[in-house]
Amino acid sequence: MALLWLRFALGCYFIGLIYAFVALTRTSDLFSRIALHAASLGMVFHFVSLVELFLSGHVVWASVHNGESLLAFFSMSFFMLIYAIYQTTSPGVVVFPIVFFLTFVAAMDEQPVLLTSFVHVKGWLIAHIILIFTGYAALVLSFGASLLYLLQERRLKSKKPTSLISFLPALEVIDQIGYRSLLLGFPFMTLGLLTGSVVAISVYGHVNFLDPKILLSVLMWVVYMLMIFTRWNSGWRGRRAAVLATCAFVAAIVAWAANYFSAIHRFAAS
Amino acid sequence: MRYQLIGVNHKSAPLEVRERLAIPESRLPDACRDLTAYPGIEEGMIISTCNRVELVTHTTNGSADLRGFLHKHFHLTAEELDAHLYEFREKDAVRHIFRVASSLDSMVVGEAQILGQVKEAYATARAVGAVRGQLDQLFSRAFAVAKRVRSETEVGSSSVSIASVAVELAKKIFGSLQGKTVFIVGAGKMSELAARHLMAHGCASIFVANRTYERAIGLAQKFNGQAIKFDDLYNTCDRADIVITSTGAPHAIFRREHGEQFLARRKNKPMFFIDIAVPRDVSPEMAKLDGIFAYDMDDLQQAVSSHVADRHKEAELAEAIITSEVEKFDARLHTLDVVPTIVSLQDHLETIRQAEIDRVRGRLGHMTPEQEIAVEALTRGIINKVMHTPITTLKTAAKEAEATTVIDVVRRLFNLRDKDSAAPNQKNELGTRP
Repeated sequence: MALLWLRFALGCYFIGLIYAFVALTRTSDLFSRIALHAASLGMVFHFVSLVELFLSGHVVWASVHNGESLLAFFSMSFFMLIYAIYQTTSPGVVVFPIVFFLTFVAAMDEQPVLLTSFVHVKGWLIAHIILIFTGYAALVLSFGASLLYLLQERRLKSKKPTSLISFLPALEVIDQIGYRSLLLGFPFMTLGLLTGSVVAISVYGHVNFLDPKILLSVLMWVVYMLMIFTRWNSGWRGRRAAVLATCAFVAAIVAWAANYFSAIHRFAAS
Repeated sequence: MRYQLIGVNHKSAPLEVRERLAIPESRLPDACRDLTAYPGIEEGMIISTCNRVELVTHTTNGSADLRGFLHKHFHLTAEELDAHLYEFREKDAVRHIFRVASSLDSMVVGEAQILGQVKEAYATARAVGAVRGQLDQLFSRAFAVAKRVRSETEVGSSSVSIASVAVELAKKIFGSLQGKTVFIVGAGKMSELAARHLMAHGCASIFVANRTYERAIGLAQKFNGQAIKFDDLYNTCDRADIVITSTGAPHAIFRREHGEQFLARRKNKPMFFIDIAVPRDVSPEMAKLDGIFAYDMDDLQQAVSSHVADRHKEAELAEAIITSEVEKFDARLHTLDVVPTIVSLQDHLETIRQAEIDRVRGRLGHMTPEQEIAVEALTRGIINKVMHTPITTLKTAAKEAEATTVIDVVRRLFNLRDKDSAAPNQKNELGTRP
């Protein structure tokens, strides 16, 4: 059933995806409202799907697909949070396609990976998963914001009169969204890595820093910290910030992909 | 009517060209003198604003080489300049001046500032004696027309000024303007207006720097702001989020290195430069920096052009007023043109009559008062009959385009001298001065 609900959610997110493409070329208040409602409905289905998974009794979240589903949900939650504060749907231009993609993959088929060997650290594991995905979601938002910043900066620099009527919020608002997402996400990411280490130590007795998954995760964390530092120290914005955000985002994707070739996250095998 | 006008404006020429033609206020009187000293030009004045540079002249034969004057005065070649120039003569020149004064030719149609600028240009040229009878009439009428357009149409009422466009742009960059700092560089009316708008939208504090420190103090006081010595400009400028610059400096005063300095000091927080100076105060190199958003006059024009559409209707109404005013002015000028000719024709024939009477008086011997009256009546009667047709023809022709030809023919036939035609006082008495 969880998968069915997830597919309903996917249908709703699809509307968001279309919005993302349309919004790049023209502004429509009506369409952004429709997209917002569709996304909210999608989140309801998505939430039901996640709750069903949780109630199913197994800690199956650690399967790659379910993780993607969780990340999509958290990204969407961040999007809604930003909407509540800034009343803008424009981050959806970046967030909706990512959420759609993640949900799409997660909704493809069921691939439960049972974590029999982790049962004794279940609490830590759940904390690890939730924290790390919240961090990821913040990173997705921040990455989206930095792309929007570039876009808005280019529009303002091009000085075309039509560019003034745009769906994008003010440059400084986009900047704040990006920076605040970063700041908010950082403690989650850090705690997520720490809890992950606790899980790893309790299962394997040590943390193998040469493992690609751990190496990439640490790398991502370093880039994340670097982003906050450059921003705090010298106010990096625009192009330079976007480059860093892209690096962090790519590192995050690679770290995620490392699940496939890391010994630690290869749960089924262990 | 031998009005002749040449110029460039925001539509005909890019800022780069206008920058090279702009004449600073201090050099305007000399430029006016140069213009009137140029061959073929009787009267001349120069309108030099951010958006236009125009030479308005009254010429001796209606075809003075104004292009030649521009090439010479600004050391520009025909290739560099001519493609951007427009030239109007006679009625078209009158129409253009009326449109300019009424703000129909402005970048922001209906903005009130241009009228003040034209009035200043007029006063400057008048002070140096470059404007006399002919241009005097033209501009007096133009100011009256501008007033009429403003009162009878809505063209100026919802004026989307540069100032409000600047506010809109600032909001696109900063979101809310609450607590933002504005820096005025070069105290001018336009910067003051823009600053006022920004303050009304929440900007918190203001700095003013001006070459004349006293003027900076004066303006700063108006806004409860702080006057800055011009030498301290670069040290304080980074404290401002929005900089309105309109100095008369011949070169950019904000260059790339300044921009880099500002950004480093304010941790790359964006800065918005509203550059309403011509020549520009912000170098294009600086404007390229990430975090620097510089809008010059041309950019602002682009931004406002999207707003003007809704005022087209009012502008059409204003255009109709202009057309009727041009016709009225034209008709009046022609009527005035024939009056001196009629007067000198009358004088001429009267002189002949008197001379002839004096000549034959000796031969007639003593005349009784009745005879004197009879001779007087006879000669006057002949003259009046002779003059009747030419005068009627002149008066009729006055309203037509052929007036000049008819005047010319009458003058030649009766051998009237040219000096009689230059009688501006008479013209003004007959015309209704606005």
